[in-house]
Amino acid sequence: MSVAASPAGGASAAAGGGSPAAQALMRRHRLRWWEALPWIAGMVFYFAFPAYLGFGCDLLVTILFALSLDLALGYAGIITLGHAAFFGAGAYTVGMLATYNIWTEPITSLLLAALVAGLIGFLSGLVLLRAKGLTLLMLTLCTMALLEQAANMAHAYTGGFDGLPSLPIAPVFGVFEFNPLYADTQYLFALGVLFVCFVFVRTLVYSPFGQSLTGIRENVLRMHAIGSPVRRRLMICYTISAAIAGIAGGLWAQTNAYVNLSALGLDRAATVLIVLILGGYGRLYGAFIGAVAYLALEHFLAQIYPTAWQLGLGLLLVVISLFARNGILGLGEMLWRRYRVRRVKP
Amino acid sequence: MSETRLETRALSRNFGALKAVQAVNFKLDAGARHALIGPNGAGKTTFINLLTGVLSPSHGRVLLEGRDITGTTQAERVKLGIARTFQINRLFRGLSVLENICISVAERAGAAASMFYPAGRRTDIIDESMHLLHTLKLAETAHYRVSELPYGRQRLVELAIALGLKPEVLLLDEPAAGVPSAESHIILDAIERLPNDIAVLIIEHDMDVVFRFAERVTVMVSGAVFAEGTPREIEANPQIREVYLGQAVQRADHG
Amino acid sequence: MNFAADFASIILGGLAAGTVLFIVSVGLSITMGLMGFINLAHGAFAMFGGYLIVLAMNRAHYGFPAALALGFFGTAALSVLLERFLYRRLYRAGELDQVLFTIGLIFIFIAGTTIVVGPEHQTLQLPAALSGQLNLGFIRYRTYSVFLIVIGFLIALGIWVTFERTRIGGQIRATVDNRRMAESLGIDVDRLFTITFAFGSGIAAIGGGLGAEFLGLDPQYPLEYLVYFLIAVSVGGLGSVIGVYYAALILGVLNFVLTLYLPKGGTLFIYALTILILLARPQGLFGRKEL
Repeated sequence: MSVAASPAGGASAAAGGGSPAAQALMRRHRLRWWEALPWIAGMVFYFAFPAYLGFGCDLLVTILFALSLDLALGYAGIITLGHAAFFGAGAYTVGMLATYNIWTEPITSLLLAALVAGLIGFLSGLVLLRAKGLTLLMLTLCTMALLEQAANMAHAYTGGFDGLPSLPIAPVFGVFEFNPLYADTQYLFALGVLFVCFVFVRTLVYSPFGQSLTGIRENVLRMHAIGSPVRRRLMICYTISAAIAGIAGGLWAQTNAYVNLSALGLDRAATVLIVLILGGYGRLYGAFIGAVAYLALEHFLAQIYPTAWQLGLGLLLVVISLFARNGILGLGEMLWRRYRVRRVKP
Repeated sequence: MSETRLETRALSRNFGALKAVQAVNFKLDAGARHALIGPNGAGKTTFINLLTGVLSPSHGRVLLEGRDITGTTQAERVKLGIARTFQINRLFRGLSVLENICISVAERAGAAASMFYPAGRRTDIIDESMHLLHTLKLAETAHYRVSELPYGRQRLVELAIALGLKPEVLLLDEPAAGVPSAESHIILDAIERLPNDIAVLIIEHDMDVVFRFAERVTVMVSGAVFAEGTPREIEANPQIREVYLGQAVQRADHG
Repeated sequence: MNFAADFASIILGGLAAGTVLFIVSVGLSITMGLMGFINLAHGAFAMFGGYLIVLAMNRAHYGFPAALALGFFGTAALSVLLERFLYRRLYRAGELDQVLFTIGLIFIFIAGTTIVVGPEHQTLQLPAALSGQLNLGFIRYRTYSVFLIVIGFLIALGIWVTFERTRIGGQIRATVDNRRMAESLGIDVDRLFTITFAFGSGIAAIGGGLGAEFLGLDPQYPLEYLVYFLIAVSVGGLGSVIGVYYAALILGVLNFVLTLYLPKGGTLFIYALTILILLARPQGLFGRKEL
């Protein structure tokens, strides 16, 4: 999105009639061949690693959650430490509806999760989007802690610290059963949900609305000065972001068949932030790259020695914040641009 | 006799005990080329903030074409045709020059709220933005990231974003501030070529610019209007020479 | 009578816990007020100092005062190194980079402590003079808690006097109010920040050691109490010593009462209260500028 074509990059576009910049803008939303890769990889994974489909579900849920955060943080520039509030809201919506046998149909359950999380996002956004800087950070953090404590307090309904185990989930389309021992249905379902949500988010960020969100991120005062209804835009963005986080949480509850307080904690909020930053924020595919890199690193480093993972993660964060602020995708883009510049020069 | 576009009546703004703007009566005519000058801290930028609705006045009114707009918000005034630029650039630094303009044009065209239609298919917006860049001789740099441009060009982008709103009243807050003198002519040329029907109010320190550009000059001192007239009248006024021009001359001597 | 004694002991317990919170957080308030740097890793310095103090006493058999001094100077020295070589690079960076950097530091401290010392909980062996009960006239109460409350008050008083009466305190206040103005007056803001950062970290270290009784001391410490440090600082008001003191004491008492009467989720009210206060006064109760 925010990447302007580099001066050397537009050599071929002059033939199109308009200027390279206009061409780049007009083409930006079009699908490119490599955008099929994540989905091909997702299907290959399904056939190649049947023993790891549970891990695959976690990966897909993490991608979806990071994608929701990208919309708020990467595009609109809302810096939040409390996004797990919405993940947890979605997870508990699905979990409680299922435990008490009120509603177990998976797709509509996810819609309800989106509704509840979106509503919480809307209400909290009403008050906290007035703030900025550390106050905003504190307010998001406290809102999440508030929900966590509320879930803990209502342990008669939420199971408190132990959570709600063995959730009954109805078959997808009334046919495909969730098998607790073999996560094939869960995996495909999660992949489908991720795909639908991704298409939605992709459409959104390439729309004029998405463009105005990047404007807010880049210079909010100027957006006010060109007459943009900044608060309303941020509210809409935050609510949608919360709703998608709620879907991710609901999906997490469905694929694991349980909910507990870990859905709502600072750990989860920090993790999703790290995943997104690692991949590169404001970049759509940063969520994918970040989630794969994070879970792979966690998997291998934690095998060596559990503490090594934490140490590695800490060092990684310090290095990223000091030297590679745009994450893995940002590094890739920089190298690609250098390569193109060199190629164009005789 | 030209009609009045923007008018203030006894406009005042206090910050605690400080009277930043006091009882300013001011008229900006259609198609005007009007300069606002005065020493640092005279309240010029506060006055602009009152005109654009960033600040609300302590007393007094703001009228646009005779209609009272004192109570309207900044966004509403933009829709009514009042646009401004900033003394210190406020640009979307990470985006391309063209995108900077498109954001502004899309906002004016009422397209910016649409969520499910690709921005890239609004070729009308992109074309209009490109056209604007052509008129400002910025088209060559349309694909540059704004932060990669030299400062003088960035000041032009600052102007272009405001022009993307198709304003009827344009308020320019020191448009050439911070631009090296070798580059400042590109800004001044651009300002001279602005469409005739736009009413322009320019805050400027450089007297050469003021006398070259303005048909009318208002001098503000300590938040109040000190004098108003044609550039020739202002230049000839001994008091103003003492209060303001003298300073400028002194400064020039030292520099 | 019995009720009054219970009430007094609850208040004293809360005040003691709040005092610990104050000693740990006050440095954070000053440094954040000075530089606007969001330092989530402040608790890691408290933990580092706490470990120095506890280990010096338990393993190297240092006396209590000597161990506290070691904790203060050891942590201050470490913080100067980190400030000079790492923090400084991010003063002008965005909030997000600061948040990530300091979360990264937290993880490094947690992992480092786990590897070097081990994951287990550390306990402070109190000197005999502080381990008994003290007769306060109306009730008998733990000597150590009373000692903490008094020490905390003295630290608050000391910092307040430094702020109001000394040259460096005046420079800090001026810089918190308006950094650019302070720089133009010839105040060496970089040096000022290194000094206050080192001092704030050193004080936090003492808080980590003294508070090992109340907050516990294990590798998860910087993450576990992060929200509490931030609440004390933001509710009190950035850069305001008195603000943090009051906020920490109120938080301590409130938390003590709530965990006693509403053990499951009672802290909910603390978060709700924090949100309300920050909405009404974004600059905190005693702060002069927005966070």
